[in-house]
Amino acid sequence: MIENRPIVTFISHAVIILGIIVIAFPVWITFVAASHDALRMTQSPLPLWPGGHFFENLKEALFVGLDVGGASQPVAFMLLNSFIMAMVIALGKIAISLLSAFAIVYFRFPFRMGFFWMIFITLMLPVEVRILPTFKVVADLGLLDSYAGLTLPLIASATATFMFRQVFLTIPDELLEAARIDGAGPMRFFFDILLPMSRTNIAALFVILFIFGWNQYLWPLLITTDQSLTTVVMGIKQMLEAGEQLLQWNKIMMTTLIAMVPPIIVVISMQKMFVKGLTETDK
Amino acid sequence: MLKRVHFNTSWLPFALVAPQIFITVVFFLWPAGQAIFQSFLLEDAFGLSTEFVWFDNFKELWADDAYTDSFSRTAFFSLMVAFLSLSIALVLAGMADRIVKFATTYRTLLIWPYAVAPVLAGALFVFMFDPTLGLVAYALDIFGYDWNHKLNGGEAMALVIMAATWKQISYNFLFFLAAMQSIPKSLLEAAAIDGAGPARRFWTIIFPLITPTTFFLLVVNIVYAFFDTFGIISAVTDGGPAGATNILVYKVYSDGFIGLDLGGSAAQSVVLMAIVIVITIIQFRYIEKKVDY
Repeated sequence: MIENRPIVTFISHAVIILGIIVIAFPVWITFVAASHDALRMTQSPLPLWPGGHFFENLKEALFVGLDVGGASQPVAFMLLNSFIMAMVIALGKIAISLLSAFAIVYFRFPFRMGFFWMIFITLMLPVEVRILPTFKVVADLGLLDSYAGLTLPLIASATATFMFRQVFLTIPDELLEAARIDGAGPMRFFFDILLPMSRTNIAALFVILFIFGWNQYLWPLLITTDQSLTTVVMGIKQMLEAGEQLLQWNKIMMTTLIAMVPPIIVVISMQKMFVKGLTETDK
Repeated sequence: MLKRVHFNTSWLPFALVAPQIFITVVFFLWPAGQAIFQSFLLEDAFGLSTEFVWFDNFKELWADDAYTDSFSRTAFFSLMVAFLSLSIALVLAGMADRIVKFATTYRTLLIWPYAVAPVLAGALFVFMFDPTLGLVAYALDIFGYDWNHKLNGGEAMALVIMAATWKQISYNFLFFLAAMQSIPKSLLEAAAIDGAGPARRFWTIIFPLITPTTFFLLVVNIVYAFFDTFGIISAVTDGGPAGATNILVYKVYSDGFIGLDLGGSAAQSVVLMAIVIVITIIQFRYIEKKVDY
């Protein structure tokens, strides 16, 4: 605080609180919608205050699901799929980026820069851009409708490799010298010194990548036709498309809420890590 | 780039980069190459015969009104999203920077939309603006405005812009706030002693000093609006009504997977790749160097 200006301070608080209210409003009415019964959600105007059916709807969404043109899929099941996908993508990206950053920073070998640029190129080719040929490659490999097809194409990551490269470059050379004098080989050095030293960066990156994986939509939509691989984020679209029948907003919004909560919890509970990961990976 | 002290073993580094390179080649370079190759081919709908047509697919693309319309629509969409989310985030961060009390609480309450998937953000806005039931549509109706984004293209565009902006504010907010908090307090104190009020200090000191962040965010936001908003379009409008929200990433998908126009979709992929490459080069070359105080 530079000087005491109560009015300006008051306005600042007011503007921020107003911003928070506006930003949170969609989620509030989602919560409200999820706590009413189906009948109430067909009467205009819709409620602004929660009703008493929250846990009933929660139970039904989680264990029964919503009828989308014949088959209904329990949301609990979709959550499991989302969780597996997000974890595999996040951990896979971290693992392969750590290894390749280690190789590029700590080894002299032919084509080192060539490999580096090859990884760099992935930065420029988001999956949305080359969607059809990538789909074709995955189909040719017979990976449609499988967890491998769902996760592998999303696992290569230039950003994570760059971040670990940056981290490794700041680690003093003396550590490697000391390790070598003590007779440690490269992998020993990697596991006993590099990994523990980049622990916070790994955690920070994990938050970002978990959210990235959880929120994938277009890719799973294309390569899974098997209902048993539906993720919760895709499930919403199927529910919104339920077509002829009147949309069952209370259940759709309950599912939306369920789909939003895990990544939000990750962000808020690991807030420090998240901010660190975000501001350091993207720059 | 390379450590002064390093290992010299023959095969280990290759084994270490192998997984990353394997995935990059199989799922990135190979499909990208295919897209470039495809874009020069004309294939009939059954895949029985293909013909090498050089740049015909691209010429056709530029001659196609639907594509050029989609191009200008995408430009409008991303500029609006970037402008709105940046200015709202700037105001919020400017206010939050002044506050000592509750600062962390406010930050917590503002950052979570980042974690919401674009499709879900779309679902929230579809629900609020549903023409028959939505609360906001109802409120607008009271004021005599008949909202129907399912029929009115302008309203559909407004809705996807709102949903995309909503999601991006928290990201911009975090970066602006971090940039503002790294400005030395002594500068602001000196200006205050010289009689500059909060607004003046903001425009003459804070805003110029965060220009690098602003430019960085501008690029990131445009990339976001170009490529990460597929889910929002898909949930809210499916590109409609009458193509009013059919932005480039959605068109690549719908032409390729629904329209089955392989050559055309590949040509669109190539154009999009070129756009990403240009944006990335701008980001690395100019922004990090030139806008520096």
